[in-house]
Amino acid sequence: MSNAMRTPAGAINVERYQGAVAEGRFRRLWNANAPGYLFLLPWLIGFFGLTLGPALISLYLSFTDFDMLQSPRWVGMANYVRIATADPKFSAAMHVTLTYVVFSVPFKLTFALLVAMALNRGLRGLTFYRAIFYLPSLLGGSVAIAVLWRQLFASDGLVNAALSQVGIEGPSWISHPNYSIYTLVALSVWQFGSPMIIFLAGLRQIPQDMYEAASLDGASKFRQFYKITLPLLTPVIFFNAVVQTIDAFKAFTPAFIISGGTGGPINSTLFYTLYLYQEAFGNFRMGYASALAWILVLIIAVFTAFSFLTSRYWVHYDD
Amino acid sequence: MTEMTASVTAARPPSDITKRSLPASLIIHALLIAASLLMVYPLLWMVSASVRPETEIFSSTSLIPSSIDFSSYARGWVGLDVSFGRFFWNSLVISLLVVAGNVIACSLTAFAFARLRFAGRNFWFAIMLGTLMIPYHVTLIPQYVLFLNLGWVNTILPLVVPKFLASDAFFIFLMVQFFRGIPRELDEAAMMDGCSAWRIYWKIMLPLSLPVLATAAIFSFIWTWDDFFGPLIYLNDMNTYTIQLGLRTFVDSTSASDWGGLFAMSTLTLVPVFFFFLFFQRLLIEGIATTGMKR
Repeated sequence: MSNAMRTPAGAINVERYQGAVAEGRFRRLWNANAPGYLFLLPWLIGFFGLTLGPALISLYLSFTDFDMLQSPRWVGMANYVRIATADPKFSAAMHVTLTYVVFSVPFKLTFALLVAMALNRGLRGLTFYRAIFYLPSLLGGSVAIAVLWRQLFASDGLVNAALSQVGIEGPSWISHPNYSIYTLVALSVWQFGSPMIIFLAGLRQIPQDMYEAASLDGASKFRQFYKITLPLLTPVIFFNAVVQTIDAFKAFTPAFIISGGTGGPINSTLFYTLYLYQEAFGNFRMGYASALAWILVLIIAVFTAFSFLTSRYWVHYDD
Repeated sequence: MTEMTASVTAARPPSDITKRSLPASLIIHALLIAASLLMVYPLLWMVSASVRPETEIFSSTSLIPSSIDFSSYARGWVGLDVSFGRFFWNSLVISLLVVAGNVIACSLTAFAFARLRFAGRNFWFAIMLGTLMIPYHVTLIPQYVLFLNLGWVNTILPLVVPKFLASDAFFIFLMVQFFRGIPRELDEAAMMDGCSAWRIYWKIMLPLSLPVLATAAIFSFIWTWDDFFGPLIYLNDMNTYTIQLGLRTFVDSTSASDWGGLFAMSTLTLVPVFFFFLFFQRLLIEGIATTGMKR
């Protein structure tokens, strides 16, 4: 206790006392919190300067016409109205992206699960197989792989050379609007390695004695898969599905390289992000591109919310 | 650490190796080998195409060239106005700076969230997790305008500076998880002895966290090396191009004429990633398995 408290109440003393308390409180607050905020400082600057600020500005820009030369001109909902009603390229991009998501994600997850189950048997050489299957996932995002893919599915490419050996004359996959998107689906499925590794980790969590008990009771392998593996794996399946779907919505590089940045032939590989890029950095319609970005966020958010809402009907957590 | 990786590294009981019949196991191996071959065939073919005589590239699906010829590498290396050496150097500088930025800034942030008590910690932590879900497209255009006004376009700054501001929330999350697994007694005792937060971070936390720092560093390097979108937007002068942009320009400029050179340069861009993979496979796979990193 300080002396200030014991002195009879006089204006000066009280002020001094309150000042001392305030100063003490401030110092205590500072001492307690300063280290935390000092450590957070770089992140806080980044959060306000590079995330929150830009996100708010982007929301504002989405209601404007902005070509980077003149200052943004407010147009209200015009960008969104045009996206919804009068932009054939938007619907093309949406169609391409949804096709990609709907075909690539289920195939990728199925392969990932099948291979993970084949590997999860205490096989010799597990590390080797795991590495080989994971390698394409790690290399897959690079330009070199997209270049390679473009060659594989060219009319005189490797796939058609292989097909011709069994007497089939393959089409020109890359330059045919009906097939081009599926070459990109194939590229995505080829990279099933990282969901496979997550499945492997999940499979290892399933207690082995459940299978032993089931086979003692005479349950077939199929029944064991259906009644034990699948239900216990649903949290991992859910996780993989959400992550891969969000990723598929954001795909960019392969479509850009394979179509030479055009999204052709006839917009058949015009991924959503590619269209956004063209609008922003090709046509300098920054306001319109911002609206496109927010639509993408909305779609991803709706999809994620929907997944989480439905998940309680099929995802089992044991707690 | 142990808490995170236990599930992955836990050995399975040896009993189920011995239980299976020999034929079943042979069939599985045969299937897996066939599938592995299919997986790596395109990659091997590309490497083999890069050393094949030009006339032979499309004539066979075989992996073994009739003669080995490295001239495609020499041709491709100088195939553009700026040589691939320049692109490699640019990529290397950017990747190493990004690694430094991510490791330093994310570990500082993660340390605050995992080990320090301060008012508003939970609030900021929730915000940080929220940023994980925001696609970069939303901030892309204002960030571009910002960097353009700062005069940073055509420099490496837009690709590097954000990393020093802990913009990769994913790595923060990864490190928070790891830091939380380190026994609290360590820094509590140090705190009692009058150790400052900085010393605890520097002398206790970082040395104990080398595995997670290495995982973050390796993924940072590989993702930055492979990044195409960032450089595509911010680098327009060929002297500043990264290896990915260089390769894409090479594709456009040669189109169908120099396939040998194209495959040679493609192979070269994959070499660093491949070596990281070879040496750090375990770290990479554990990183994926415990955290569900994409790619």
